[in-house]
Amino acid sequence: MEILDYGFMQRALLASLMVGLVAPAVGIFLVQRRLSLLGDGLGHVALTGVAVGVLTSTAPVGTALIAAVLGAVLIELVRARGRTSGDVALAVLFYGGIAGGVVLLSLAPRGQATNLDAYLFGAITTTSTDDVATFAVITAIVVTVVWLLGQRLYAVSDDEEYARAVGLPVLALNTVLAALVAATVVLSMRVVGLLLISALMIVPSAIAQLLARSFRQALVLACGLGLVVSVSGTAVSYYTSTPSGGTIVLLAIALFLLVTAAVTLRDVTGHRRHRRRAVIHAAHPHDHGDDCGHPAVLHGDHVDYDHDGHLHAPHPTDAGVHYDEHGRHDITESPAGRSGT
Amino acid sequence: MAIRLRGASIGYGDVPILRDADLTVQRGEAVAVLGSNGSGKTTLVRGVLGLASVLSGVVEVLGHPVGHRGERGRVGYVPQRHTVSGAVPATVREVVGVGRLARLGLFGRPRAADRAAVIDAVAAVGLTDRLKDPVAALSGGQQRRVLVARALAAEPDLLIMDEPMAGVDTASQETLARVLAAVSAGGTTLVVVTHEIGALSGVLTRAVVADHGSIAYDGPLAGALPFSTDGHHHRDDQPMPGGPGPGLDQVHLARSPHRAAGGR
Repeated sequence: MEILDYGFMQRALLASLMVGLVAPAVGIFLVQRRLSLLGDGLGHVALTGVAVGVLTSTAPVGTALIAAVLGAVLIELVRARGRTSGDVALAVLFYGGIAGGVVLLSLAPRGQATNLDAYLFGAITTTSTDDVATFAVITAIVVTVVWLLGQRLYAVSDDEEYARAVGLPVLALNTVLAALVAATVVLSMRVVGLLLISALMIVPSAIAQLLARSFRQALVLACGLGLVVSVSGTAVSYYTSTPSGGTIVLLAIALFLLVTAAVTLRDVTGHRRHRRRAVIHAAHPHDHGDDCGHPAVLHGDHVDYDHDGHLHAPHPTDAGVHYDEHGRHDITESPAGRSGT
Repeated sequence: MAIRLRGASIGYGDVPILRDADLTVQRGEAVAVLGSNGSGKTTLVRGVLGLASVLSGVVEVLGHPVGHRGERGRVGYVPQRHTVSGAVPATVREVVGVGRLARLGLFGRPRAADRAAVIDAVAAVGLTDRLKDPVAALSGGQQRRVLVARALAAEPDLLIMDEPMAGVDTASQETLARVLAAVSAGGTTLVVVTHEIGALSGVLTRAVVADHGSIAYDGPLAGALPFSTDGHHHRDDQPMPGGPGPGLDQVHLARSPHRAAGGR
């Protein structure tokens, strides 16, 4: 493929592969913790680090990493200690970060003109060989930590009060998660961009949430989706000459809308089928019972009737007994959907 | 000793809710913590759990000051909420598995015994056939049982439950009473904050009644029943010093089915 002939594209695709894998693996805990915008805030903070790197002529990836991790630790301390001012403290930190970044970058000598857009929204031509090496180390660390501590991060993200009550090290785990987010933000700064990385953390998790049955499944699925949209978005941006970050995020959101529509459609047709069957069953010659001739099947906490290969679950309604389809296997329905069975 | 409070004031920020409380719970006891809303009963157990601040005095749990690492993984907790509400789906096994984590330290991996404890805890609350189902697909009562199983999975020395009967149907209440009887028989100390003893009357033996921020009664469960069901009409007959405040007439013990049904 022509696209692979260029060194910059090889590096960009490698970087997009790593960030696509890692961002959802960290982001899913933020979604669970309802702290989706932490990545966005740390992206702001990282920009000050980038500016310091540019001004001092050191690699901006390194200085951004330091700034973002410091910001992450600070945020967790403010959250743990802070009272009402916590929210305001976060805003000050975040906007201080982006303002500091913009002002410091403007002070850079003319010879070092910096393309701010590339840091904010991603650009495929910017990934250096050193960056790829740094990104590989970050990826290895994040994947290892999520593998080792994933269940604990889930516990703290899911129910912080319970975790504290039973003696899990809540502050330490929250700080680890914030540091992982910071590292992921930096990983994003070449291909996705500091202002868009949060989307790659959140959107694949949001898609996985619609499809998965377990947290583990959601995690694996989110990483897979992140990887696919990240790599394909980077490739597309090569052909369309658009910023890679924006292209990746638009792809992710398109996928999200598609899956949402598909899931909605599935639910709607499910309800329609349900109503259609209800019509058929209204003309049903008999109610199911001990002597209806259809085998009774114990299904969870109730009895269904095996009716020509599918399970009927009786529940009383105003119009008489109504039969729900419970399928051959255990069907997941909302508690409300089961209430009458 | 499972719990020891000496002159303990517990609250939030620097505002005490429970003041100068003394309480000793021996290992293996089964204690009901009763009181009206705002009496300090929930603050009492939150202090023991390290979720409210100990502002003065001493609070010890399982022989250690509260928050000490020595109690890690030995306390089970069922919070006062009805559902498991994560944004991302999780199975019954995953949620209950969390109950085992505090015993494993920061990096310990679950072993066969840990996995078995999770399976046993789910079996104890009668949800074995839902092990791999997303928790969100369960009914409210079943989700409560998942939270109970999460606490049981720790095989705790001290099990603390906040309003476990509120909003739970009769069948789930009976299941819960059976589970708690078995846990108590195994030597676990039980502390149950509740408005309604109901099905638990056979399990809990001692009552601690909080009222207006202090402990107003501490004795046999039966001794807490007469006044708290009748409210202030019998105030002169109260067997306890100080007598209960007017708030106590909200403590429904024997008669409470309407509360059980209306809690959700």
